[in-house]
Amino acid sequence: MVYENPDGIRIGLEIHVQLNKLKTKMFCGCSSDYHNAAPNTHTCPICLGLPGTLPVLNKKAVEAAIKVGLALEGEIAEETQFHRKNYFYPDLPKGFQVTQYDFPIVGKGKVVIEGEDGEHVVGITRAHMEEDPGKLVHIGSIEKSKGVLIDYNRSGMPLIETVTEPDMRSPKEARRFLDKFRNILEYLDVFDGNLEGAMRVDANVSVHWGTRVEVKNISSHKGVERALLYEIMRQKNVIRRGGKITLETRHFDEGRGVTISMRTKEEAEDYRYFREPDLMPMRVTDWIPAIRETLPELPDAKRARFIEQYGITDMHAKALTSKIMLADFHESICAQGVDPKIAATWTADVLLGELNYRDLVIGADVQGYAIICYNQKNPDIVRHIRVNDMVELVTFFAEGKISDRAAVEVIRSILDSKEEKTPLQIIEERGLLKAESDLVTMAVEETIAENEAAVQDYLGGAEKSLNFLVGQVMKKTKGTADAKTARELILKELKG
Amino acid sequence: MITKEDVEHIGWLARIEISEQETVEYMEKLNSVLEYFGQLDELPTEDVVPTYHVAEIYNVFREDIVEECLPQETVLANTEYKQDGTFRVPKIG
Ligand SMILES: [Zn+2]
Repeated sequence: MVYENPDGIRIGLEIHVQLNKLKTKMFCGCSSDYHNAAPNTHTCPICLGLPGTLPVLNKKAVEAAIKVGLALEGEIAEETQFHRKNYFYPDLPKGFQVTQYDFPIVGKGKVVIEGEDGEHVVGITRAHMEEDPGKLVHIGSIEKSKGVLIDYNRSGMPLIETVTEPDMRSPKEARRFLDKFRNILEYLDVFDGNLEGAMRVDANVSVHWGTRVEVKNISSHKGVERALLYEIMRQKNVIRRGGKITLETRHFDEGRGVTISMRTKEEAEDYRYFREPDLMPMRVTDWIPAIRETLPELPDAKRARFIEQYGITDMHAKALTSKIMLADFHESICAQGVDPKIAATWTADVLLGELNYRDLVIGADVQGYAIICYNQKNPDIVRHIRVNDMVELVTFFAEGKISDRAAVEVIRSILDSKEEKTPLQIIEERGLLKAESDLVTMAVEETIAENEAAVQDYLGGAEKSLNFLVGQVMKKTKGTADAKTARELILKELKG
Repeated sequence: MITKEDVEHIGWLARIEISEQETVEYMEKLNSVLEYFGQLDELPTEDVVPTYHVAEIYNVFREDIVEECLPQETVLANTEYKQDGTFRVPKIG
């Protein structure tokens, strides 16, 4: 099957990624750990752009850029160098941004994604290093701003901007590209995607192979799909009404899910790039062999190994390698001798599904011990999921001591409670061990099915009918069931 | 040749207000500078590698080590336009 791309959609992305795993900023020793700090407490004369200062490049930032370049199968430039991009905006204290222009550190590369019709190659045009501007907070909306507050804590943070070819043919492909890209960066350990502002995306999109429109300010990788769906619909509507698409820049309003035309400037953008005289050019290709040595196993390679080594399905391997911390978690579980296939099912299908349902994302891990998840909407909700607990649970299940349903209940209970209980504690507390509980559950189900009239009576308000139903369950289990448990199970079943 | 409009454009890019009289003056001065560069064009430079940096220095780096930052009061000391630890500036656009 070949994807026809009926609407002639072309999408290219420009992705800004903060190298937030570095300890310091790009050109000064200010700490990069500013995310919970008061404004303007992580700055110095260099990142405030005061006169007479001399920026010096963070070596680790260059190493990280080369790492990213190699992971994208990109060419690393023989000689690379910084430029000044001149424009006035209050988030730039110097009046220019230090970036790279015609000598980017990374040239042509590629990323393979799962496209509309199977494997699909997205070309990387280039990737370059630059500094992050400060953060602006508009008083009121961006359109009706009454003034702007500036915090320079972010100013001078090291960024890598990656530019793709317009190779994506649907918003879904754009999201998949970003998921893959983000995953690769996390594998490389240069980037923590959970921090605010860690990844910012601009997209250019055109329909019917026509004029492209740039959509700016997409702040999350989930926002990309929404922004592009809206923008494609808008362009198609304009064309349907006989209008024309003009080259323009639009702003994505995440709250409303729409793109808004930015007022076109009367003057064309003219950045007057010139070489940054304060920073010396670099010749770093001799670093490549040593850096290549440090490259971790990347997602595709790990996925292939998981299938091979653990005998699991491609779907499970893909899910488990979609995040490095999850992949490590799975390997730690398997290292304790449980059946890898069963472990994969419980982690990839059940655990991931239940996390997702609760808006819980994996934010950190203690390798070999636990993954730490937090709620995206309410970061105060934090859950530790321990390797040992998964091992215990999978073992109980594999030995037939608990049912499918009970195992799911254990996982849910771990995720729903602040108290850190082990699966064994939960199983004992809730009487989930198969023999007795299964009999009771079965008896409850049968009783309800066989006593339609009594069930209706109870639902109609006749409390007494409940006692009758409990009696039936006791009879069926020959009195071994606990009456209270039976009662609770019936109520659960009827409500449920 | 640099025209009056070019000078006005350059002034706008640099956010510098230039009077009518200055526009003419700068136009003449800039044109004489360009003329001077025009003389260089007469030299045969086909085989010369462009010089981007006069210093033959490459690879100047620092280690990724945290240094002390400025206190917030110092950062904001030179402005009267501040609010909750931030700089407050007029709206942009
Ligand atoms: Zn600084």
